[in-house]
Amino acid sequence: MTDTKQGKDVQAAISERVPIMQRVLDNPFLLLFLGITVPAALYLIWGIMEVASVPIAE
Amino acid sequence: MAIKPPANRLWWNDPIHGVELGWIIIAFLWGLFMFFFMIAWHFIGEQNLSSETYRIRPEKYQEKVEAFAQQHQAKDQNGAPLEEKGVPVVRPPAGGDVYILARLWEFWPIIELKKGQSYRFHISSVDWQHGFSLQPTNINISVHPGYEHVINLTPTDTGTFGVICNEYCGIGHHTMTGRIRVVE
Amino acid sequence: MTTVDVGAVGKAGIAVNYRTCRFTGLRIEANAETLIKVNAVAAVVFLALGGLMGLLVALTRWPAIQLLPAEWFYLVLTGHGANVLLFWIIFFEIAVLYFASAVLLGARLATPRIAWLAFGLMIAGALMANYAVLRGDSSVMFTSYPPMMASHWFYLALIIFAVGALLAVMVFFGTLVVAKEEKTYDGSVPLVTFGAITAGIIAVFTLASGAIILIPTWLWSIGVISQIDTLMYKVVWWGMGHSSQQINVSAHVAIWYAIGAMVLGAKPLSEKVSRTAFLTYILFLQLASAHHLLAEPGMSSSWRIVNTSYMMYLAVMGSMIHGLTVPGAIEAAQRRNGFDRGIFEWLTKAPWGNPAFSGMFMSLVLFGFVGGISGVVLGTEQLNVLMHNTLYVPGHFHGTVVAGTTLAFMAMTYLVVPLIFQRDIIWPGLARLQPFLFAIGAGGISLFMMGAGTLGVARRHWDISLTDAVHAFEYPPGAYMMMALNGIFAVLASIGGILFILIVVGSILRGPRLDGTNAKLTFPLHDASREAVSKYGSHATVKLPGTIVLVGIFFAAFVLYYFVNWKYLSDLWLFR
Repeated sequence: MTDTKQGKDVQAAISERVPIMQRVLDNPFLLLFLGITVPAALYLIWGIMEVASVPIAE
Repeated sequence: MAIKPPANRLWWNDPIHGVELGWIIIAFLWGLFMFFFMIAWHFIGEQNLSSETYRIRPEKYQEKVEAFAQQHQAKDQNGAPLEEKGVPVVRPPAGGDVYILARLWEFWPIIELKKGQSYRFHISSVDWQHGFSLQPTNINISVHPGYEHVINLTPTDTGTFGVICNEYCGIGHHTMTGRIRVVE
Repeated sequence: MTTVDVGAVGKAGIAVNYRTCRFTGLRIEANAETLIKVNAVAAVVFLALGGLMGLLVALTRWPAIQLLPAEWFYLVLTGHGANVLLFWIIFFEIAVLYFASAVLLGARLATPRIAWLAFGLMIAGALMANYAVLRGDSSVMFTSYPPMMASHWFYLALIIFAVGALLAVMVFFGTLVVAKEEKTYDGSVPLVTFGAITAGIIAVFTLASGAIILIPTWLWSIGVISQIDTLMYKVVWWGMGHSSQQINVSAHVAIWYAIGAMVLGAKPLSEKVSRTAFLTYILFLQLASAHHLLAEPGMSSSWRIVNTSYMMYLAVMGSMIHGLTVPGAIEAAQRRNGFDRGIFEWLTKAPWGNPAFSGMFMSLVLFGFVGGISGVVLGTEQLNVLMHNTLYVPGHFHGTVVAGTTLAFMAMTYLVVPLIFQRDIIWPGLARLQPFLFAIGAGGISLFMMGAGTLGVARRHWDISLTDAVHAFEYPPGAYMMMALNGIFAVLASIGGILFILIVVGSILRGPRLDGTNAKLTFPLHDASREAVSKYGSHATVKLPGTIVLVGIFFAAFVLYYFVNWKYLSDLWLFR
C-alpha cells in the first residue's frame, strides 16, 4: 500500500510540473473539441453566412 | 521510437534542434509571404475573380439573356440577323453587359467582343451546375443555377475561343460548348 | 452480460485475450487483432474494385482507345471515386486507428461489439453504394452536386457508411480512454498514436459535415424536401469531401513515422515539434475544403483567403515540418545504425529491398513534390482560376491520395500482414518490385493529368475531341499526348496494384506461418543490436546534412513552381 501511495505522490509531483502545452496535447478530447469548433466556425458557419447573404437580383 | 511513448515524460521541455528551428522559421515566413501575396494581388494584379453575385430565378435569368441577345444581335450586310447553326451571334456594346446562359448542353448565345474593351459578364445556369472553361486562354469558373455571377473581363488577344463545360452535367456533358470571338 | 471479472472479460462481454508479438514485443489483444484484419481485408477488396474502375477510366480517356461508351464511362467514374476515395481509404484508416490505439498502447479494444456493428454498417453502406451506381441511375459523380439527382439508394448508402465510420472512430476514442484508465502505457501516447488521434479528430468533423448535408439531400431524393441550394450544398459537402482526404494526410504521416520506427529504429527528432505540427493539422487542415469554392459565385475574398490558406498556411507549415522530421529521423537512425559516411550513405544504403521502407519513402517524396506543391498552387485564391475543374485537379489529388496515401498504406500492409495476420510475405522478389511499379505509375498519372489540365483539358469528360459538340473546339496536340501518357502510366500503376493485391491475398491465405518459435521475417524489422555504439544522436550533436539537401531542393522547387504559375496567371485576360 505504501508503495502505491508513494507512486501516486511521484505521479502527482510530475503532473504538476507538466507544461501547459504538453497537457493540451495529451488531452485528445480537448483537441477533438478544438478540431471541430475551429473549422466549424471559420469554414462552415462563416461559409454558410456568405451564401445566405447573397442579395436578390432586381 | 515513434511507436513507443516518449522516453522523456516531460518531452515539451526537450530542446529543439537548430535544423528544425531553422526550417520552421523558413516554412512560417514562406507561408506568411504566400498569404500576403494573395491579398497583395488584389491591389497589384489584374486577375482577381469577382464575387459579385445575385440570387435569381432561372426563368427570370433566361428572359434577361434572351432580351440581351435580341437587342444586340449582329446583322449581316443585308440587315438580316446573324446566326451560326441556329445560334444568334451577339455584339454587345464595348463596356456593356454580356449575358451568357448555360444549359443542357450549350452555352448560349455566341458572343463577339472587341479586344481591349471591358465587359460585364453575367453567367448563370437554368438547369444543372456547369463549368465555364474559356479555352485556350484557360479561365475556369463554376456556374450555378439560381445564382447570377457578374465578372468584369477585358480580352487581351483576338481569335475564336471555345467555352467548354468542365462541370459534369449528365450524359451530354462532353457535347456542351459555346463560342466567344474577339476582334480588333 | 457476464459476471466475470472485468480484467478477464471486456465490458461488452467478449473475452479479452492478449498475445505478445515475437518481433516487436507489442501486446496484441485478440478483438483488436480480428477487427484490424477484417477492416484491412475489406479495404483491399474495395481497392481492387475501385482500382479496376480507375484503369477503365484511364483507358477511356486515352484518346486512341476510348474504351468505354459515354454512359459507362460516367458510371464507372462515379464508382471509382466512391470505392477508392471513400471505401478503400476509410476501411484502411479504421484498421490504422485500431492499430494505433489498441496495439501500440497494449490495450484491449473498447466495445468490440460496437466495432463489429460499425464494420457491418460500413460494409452495408459500401455494397449499397455500389449497387446504386451499377443500377445506372446514380452516375452523378462522387460529388453528386444537386440539382442533378441520384437514386435515393446512393445517398442512403453514403449516410449508412458514414454512421458506421463515425462509430468506429468513437471506438478508437473509447480505446484511448480504456488504455489510460487501465494504465497500459506510461506518460504520453506514442507519436504515431498522436498522428492517429489527429486523423480521428478530422474524421469526426468530416463525417459530421457529411451527415449534415447528405441527410437533407437524401430527403430531397425521396421527395420530402423540394430543393437543395446548390451553393450551400457545395460548402457543406466539401467539409466532408476535402476533409476526408485530410484524414488520409494525417494517417499516412503517422504511418511514415511508424514505418521509420519499425524498420529503421527511427526516433522523432523532437516530440514537441512533430506533435505541434500535428496540432496545426487539427486546427486548420480542414479549412482547405475552401479549395473547391474559389471559382464559385458568392463567396467573398476574405472567406476565400482565410480558409484556402489554412489560416495563413499554418497547416502547410505543419506538412513542411513533417517533410523535414520524417526523413530527418530516418537519417539520424541510419547514421546511428552505422551508415554515417558522406551526405547520402544513410539513404543509398537504406533497405530499398524492403517494400515497407521503399513504399514509405517514395510516398513521402511524391506526396511532397507532386501532391503537396500542386495543392498549394491550386489552392491559391487567384491561381485557382487557371485550373479549376480541369484535369489538373485529379492530377493533384492522385499525387496526394494515390502516390501519397495509397502507397503509404500499401507499405504499411507489408508490416500488417506478418505482424497481425502472422503470415510471411510470399513472392519476395515481386514484393520488392511492387512499390516501385506503383510509385512510377502513380507519379506519372499525377504529372500527366496536371500537364493536360495546364493545357485546359476538362476533368470528368468523355470526349477530348468534342466530336458531337455544337461548336467545335480543338485542344492542342500536346493535350492528346498527355492523355496517352496518362493511360500508359495508369496501366503501370494497375500492374503495381494487381501485384499488391495478389501478394497480400496470397500471403494471408498461403504465406508461411509466423506463429512458430523459429519463424523469421522475409523483410526484417529494425534490429537494435546493429546500432553502433553511438557517437551519434545526442541532442547537441544532431547533424542531418542529407535531409537539409533534400528539403532545400524541395523548397527551391516549391518557390519556382509557385511563381511560374503567377506568371501564367498574369498572361490571362484582365478581370476588370
